[in-house]
Amino acid sequence: MEPTVKVFSSFTLQDLSFLGEAALRTLWISFLSISIGSFIGGIFGWILHETRMWGGVFINPVLDVFRSVPLIVQLVLFYNFAPIIGLNLDAFESGLVVLTLYTAALVANVARGGIEAVGKPMRMASRSLGMNYWQDMRYVVFPIGVRAVFPSWVGVALGVMKDSALVSVLGYVELVKASQVLITRTQEPLLIILVVGAFYFALSYPVSRYAAKIEKRWSS
Amino acid sequence: MFDYNFHWRPVLKSLPDLLEAGLTTLQVASLAMLLGILIGLCLAVGRLKGNGLWYWLSTIWIELARNTPALFQLFFFGFGLGALGIHFSPYMIVLAGLSFNTAGYLGENFRGGFQAIPDTQLKAARSLGMNLWQAYTRILVPQVFRIVYYPMTNQFVWVVLMSSLGMLVGYRELTGETQFFASKTYRIFEYFAVTAVIYYLMVKIILGLSKLFASRYFRY
Repeated sequence: MEPTVKVFSSFTLQDLSFLGEAALRTLWISFLSISIGSFIGGIFGWILHETRMWGGVFINPVLDVFRSVPLIVQLVLFYNFAPIIGLNLDAFESGLVVLTLYTAALVANVARGGIEAVGKPMRMASRSLGMNYWQDMRYVVFPIGVRAVFPSWVGVALGVMKDSALVSVLGYVELVKASQVLITRTQEPLLIILVVGAFYFALSYPVSRYAAKIEKRWSS
Repeated sequence: MFDYNFHWRPVLKSLPDLLEAGLTTLQVASLAMLLGILIGLCLAVGRLKGNGLWYWLSTIWIELARNTPALFQLFFFGFGLGALGIHFSPYMIVLAGLSFNTAGYLGENFRGGFQAIPDTQLKAARSLGMNLWQAYTRILVPQVFRIVYYPMTNQFVWVVLMSSLGMLVGYRELTGETQFFASKTYRIFEYFAVTAVIYYLMVKIILGLSKLFASRYFRY
């Protein structure tokens, strides 16, 4: 009997583990870009707070560019810009760089808000207790500021996690890209899209719920 | 290192087309925003006063819209529903996806706005002899509008930026058009650089106009 060639094969359990791996890659690139980006963004926020003139004239407009240009354009732009300056970056690395800078730009204002949430009298009090500038920053401003802006930071982090879906444009196989691969093979778009949606929901929903809870507890 | 020629000619030649595509972007974003506001109001009311089905539908809508990537939502309307035999044009995919997403975010904003107005305001208006419609349009809505105005302008900027996802479902708004030209001429970097500038200017103009409006109407 002639063996029949099966072009499209249906969705199997193995594909689920493929999607699971892709979800891990989504998590990995989000985790890296959020943590590095938050660190850099924190420094930018501090500079914005400390140096009004420099921050307003030089740093803010630059950060503004990252906030006013669609991420997808930034990704394609950087992916094609890197070879021009002699960098040889793959999809993951370019995506990571862009997402990190994007996170930093968003976190910078959050961080500045955090520093400014600590009232001036509080700062003066800690300084008059004999703390130097860095002690004041470390023991007074940081704990209070983080508390004040934690919910909006979580918002930024979740946003970046969801926006990391766009790195699929460059060919990094995260959840969305993996779903497209599977859709092409299985021809069952609805099922796979729902599974991928469930993955994203499972990643994002608990965090946003938890953050809302914390916000409620801290505000009361 | 920098032996790269930036080819101005192809970009300048298609600049009118790009600008026109920019108008398309604004158009689809405005329409999506309008739909988002209308649906978002229903969602907010559903969350606050809705009974049973209305409440749960609003809750599910809001949680889904906020906890999955916009790209995923576009793909759902694009490829997912295709499996059920519901085919949208690229324009409809973008419009549906953006409205769905925006309605979810605005719904939460509006809910916060409504909750910020004390109940006594409505009671006072009613006891002055206004009917419910008058009390809402003359007392409540102006106050809520003031609260949600800035989140709303931010959301509009997000919608403009998110509409760039149209490129991935084949809609030729600004990014889609750019992609079209870029793949025709292989000058990817040039086209996307110019597009980034156009987006930046569009966002700046939107924010400028919204500030102008605010300074005119929120004087007191």
